[in-house]
Amino acid sequence: MKTPFVKCVAAILSKDLRAEIRARELVSVMALFSLLSVLVFSFALELDRGAREEAVSGVLWVTLIFASLLGFNRSMAQEREQGNLDSMLLAPVSRAAIYVGKLLGNFIFTLIVGLVMLPLMTVLYGLDLLDGWVILTMVVGIFGFASIGTLLATMTVQTRAREALLPIAMLPIVLPFLLTAARATKGILSGAPAAEWQGPLGMLGAICVIYLALCLLLYEYVLEE
Amino acid sequence: MADKAKSLPGELRIEGPPQPRALRLLTVVTVLGFAATLVLGLGLAGVDIQQGEIQRIFYIHMPSFFGAFTAFGLTVAGGLLYLARKSEKWDRIALAGVEVGLAFSLINLLTGAIWARPIWNTWWTWDPRLTSAAIMCLTYAAYLMLRAGIEDAGRRRAFMSVYGILAFVTVLITLFIIRIVPETIHPMIVGASPQKAQGSFEATSGVVIALIPSLLLWLTLMPITIIWHRVRLEERMEALHRLKMQALSE
Repeated sequence: MKTPFVKCVAAILSKDLRAEIRARELVSVMALFSLLSVLVFSFALELDRGAREEAVSGVLWVTLIFASLLGFNRSMAQEREQGNLDSMLLAPVSRAAIYVGKLLGNFIFTLIVGLVMLPLMTVLYGLDLLDGWVILTMVVGIFGFASIGTLLATMTVQTRAREALLPIAMLPIVLPFLLTAARATKGILSGAPAAEWQGPLGMLGAICVIYLALCLLLYEYVLEE
Repeated sequence: MADKAKSLPGELRIEGPPQPRALRLLTVVTVLGFAATLVLGLGLAGVDIQQGEIQRIFYIHMPSFFGAFTAFGLTVAGGLLYLARKSEKWDRIALAGVEVGLAFSLINLLTGAIWARPIWNTWWTWDPRLTSAAIMCLTYAAYLMLRAGIEDAGRRRAFMSVYGILAFVTVLITLFIIRIVPETIHPMIVGASPQKAQGSFEATSGVVIALIPSLLLWLTLMPITIIWHRVRLEERMEALHRLKMQALSE
């Protein structure tokens, strides 16, 4: 008899949340990395209060993707190191439930980091990033690459090179999210008419659904013992 | 058995099944077909009024992308069938598809760069389509790296089937990007070129007689023939590996 799907997802998610509240390992590392990355970009590209929208949206998304790589790697490595992954595989739960549980955790942690970055970048670059549409783009975009990242991190954590392989495997695949999300964010920030950025935003949502469905179907094959 | 293991490497032969007649026929047809498309593209098709002789490179440039498309498509098919049937032969096809597709897309990039030098006055530019084509190559290079990093054979096959299916998204993006991101300078042959496209040419009758056969050849015979040979090579390599293991254990 299998544990009901929702119950299993909730259990994995609450475990991840509780571990994070106690250790503050993932969010703090990701947030610190993001802060550093924004500063490094500012120096390297000489961004200031007159920064252009495309530069700011590019910096935002690249930083989020790199930060999420750190988080996804760490989150799966924890499962592996403590033998948790094997116990979950022994338990009578569906693979898809494990996937959704880990995905939600990854999504929430990355989203927190993203939400922290918005006011920070608003202050640094004098652009209003605290816009409802920007936040919506961020929620959808982060969910998208969390869905891919969770699947790929599960794969790479079981390989010899571990952490080194996730960026190589993930960056090319998340490109569609980066393309559409950066485009939508740029349009929103520059105050362009809605018709101009709603296209990319809609496409972002569509790609998100396609990838989520693909990953749900394929996840059971990356967790075979 | 002991005698066999001690024999010199030169005497060790890995007997594989002889080449099937269909493969031999396919090879001959592909080679002849390729020679024919070269004659059509380099000889029979007229010289382009604006671009001159360099335009002929399109008869290889565009077809090679479609060859890569077929090869990567076979990787997806091989991956899906492997996951469903768990038979190693489908994984061999998926691997062969990646290698052949990667070679074809490198031909595509290289010929594009050679064409762009006189026409765009640069070897490379960060145009959306060029960027996504380069990322497509990197994705499949990542496939090979990832594959080399997984030791357990069963796990490797399953993981790489999954990755091969996901990687195909970059192929689709490269195909459709000039319709998503309008500010590309890459010309489009099918349908109206983007406004900013530079180096478009008209699909005149000369272009059609040279391009269509080449396109069909690269879309079907070229990838299939080479993949078939590559799959047989993989079988031999696996046999060699088994033989090595056997020799070591004795």
